[in-house]
Amino acid sequence: MALLSIENVSVSYGKAEAVRNVSLEVDRGQIVTVIGPNGAGKTSLLTSAIGMIPASGRVVFDGVDITSLPTEDRIEMGFCLVPERRELFSEMSVYDNLLLGAYSRRDGSAAIRASMEEVYSRFPRLRERHTQKAGTLSGGERQMLALGRALMAKPKLLMLDEPSLGLAPLITREIFRIIASLHETGVSILLVEQNARAALETASFGYVMETGEIVHSGSSATLIDDPRLIATYLGGGAH
Amino acid sequence: MNAQIAAILTLDGIASGAIYVLIAIGFVLIFAVTRIIFVPFGDITAFTALTLASLENKHLPGTVGMVAVLAAMATLMEIFSLWRKGTLGRVPRALLFYLILPLIPAGVVWLTAGTLLPTALRILLTVAVILPIPPLLNRIVYQPIADATVLLLLIVSVALHFAMSGLGLLFFGPEGVRTQGFVDYTAIIAGTPVSGQAILILGSAIFFSFLLYLFFSFTLTGKALHATALNRTGARLMGIRPQQACTIAFLLGALLAAISGILIAPVNTIFYDSGFLIGLKSFVGAIIGGMVSFPVTAIGSMLVGILESFAAFLSSPFKDVIVFSILIPVLLWRSYTLVHAEDEDEE
Repeated sequence: MALLSIENVSVSYGKAEAVRNVSLEVDRGQIVTVIGPNGAGKTSLLTSAIGMIPASGRVVFDGVDITSLPTEDRIEMGFCLVPERRELFSEMSVYDNLLLGAYSRRDGSAAIRASMEEVYSRFPRLRERHTQKAGTLSGGERQMLALGRALMAKPKLLMLDEPSLGLAPLITREIFRIIASLHETGVSILLVEQNARAALETASFGYVMETGEIVHSGSSATLIDDPRLIATYLGGGAH
Repeated sequence: MNAQIAAILTLDGIASGAIYVLIAIGFVLIFAVTRIIFVPFGDITAFTALTLASLENKHLPGTVGMVAVLAAMATLMEIFSLWRKGTLGRVPRALLFYLILPLIPAGVVWLTAGTLLPTALRILLTVAVILPIPPLLNRIVYQPIADATVLLLLIVSVALHFAMSGLGLLFFGPEGVRTQGFVDYTAIIAGTPVSGQAILILGSAIFFSFLLYLFFSFTLTGKALHATALNRTGARLMGIRPQQACTIAFLLGALLAAISGILIAPVNTIFYDSGFLIGLKSFVGAIIGGMVSFPVTAIGSMLVGILESFAAFLSSPFKDVIVFSILIPVLLWRSYTLVHAEDEDEE
């Protein structure tokens, strides 16, 4: 059974329909990506999945129908979102940001300290800057902090919204390397990206979204060779 | 004016400034977490002083009935919303927090009304009766409109203040009261007599400000509250429930209001509607701190207290005019120097 299944979800802002009848699945341990142009409704899809905006349809996570649960309950179940804007606590230290990442956990301070150690060894830069305010970090470091903070919740599924947005190419590559390595820890990932090539190279399965609807889906290997996608999204191959 | 008078006025100003500090910090705390400018804050302070005076005169204070009614309303609203969400399993928890806990101190006061309890116990009971009022008001009045604009929340706050002062008149009557002093001691500092009550006020303000500082710096709940104030969306994504954060903010605000009410009771004559002016002056302090900074708020409130004390000496009828006039330069300075919060997040 899939870890996350989104069934016939639609999101509207007034009369404008941002997401129309979208269904997708993420299996345990899988990295799945949703690619598509700006305004395709990718962010609305993720935001509705976590319960921050109202939507019609059904969302099932880990065998439980979570459609009517508030966001905070979904997070306690191990379902996390790293939003496009990162939403860090800019006036607080890196350490405090990470600590709050574990707010929904109930497994004691020793386990939380161990997770903190794990995050620091995965992102040594964060350890160096642990007393620094989050607002003073560079763009790449902020993304690392946003990822690290989400990992502190010990999620089963991590949804990442445009993790490469606004980052230099070299840092983008580093972030994708980290995302691929997260996969080894057993966490499933739903990755939303405009950087289609990098996303398909990282994921095993992909969906293509256009104007609120899923227009293609398939394994990353087939999508990456699909001539229609190459023409529209993948271009000459540069990141 | 000679140095002696200036010293007396300054000390007097520091004592009233210390009370404004406690209330202003409460304003900032509640606003930062909930975006509500809690106008009835001063009324809560006045209700505390009036409740304490009632207990001293062996009367049953009207606040007891108020807590009972508010608790019943909040419980019904909570159960109704749990029923609508289909989570009736949480009813026992709602009963405990919205009904049983608020009713315990109210019940004790109701049972012991008519007997004069020791001062310390009277103070403790007064604080315990007042504490649940702001969180219950939050559940009844603000929670149903939690996503409204700051302006709408402010208008509701003003309406709530008028309701509260009407209730104050009903509960406590039009006469002003002043309780007995808690300390009967006068120190001589540099040739100037300083009342023990003033020292107690200043000490309490410093103590409780420090306690809040520890709470926000070293506890996870304090950090979660701070996080909610900085970034609501981010906090929700960490699993921090905004309503829980609001309740805690109101509870802390209530504690500050109650303490300031206890401290002011023996030094000022308090009427049912005295709270508004006390609140408004503290609000000037909070504005000086930009409704965000606790240290600047504290300094600003001290400034208001000292200014008020000198203004009262120089020109008593104009003292409030002078105090509120400093808002104009402060607002001008703020509007030139403040970086708008929404610009900071852009990357």
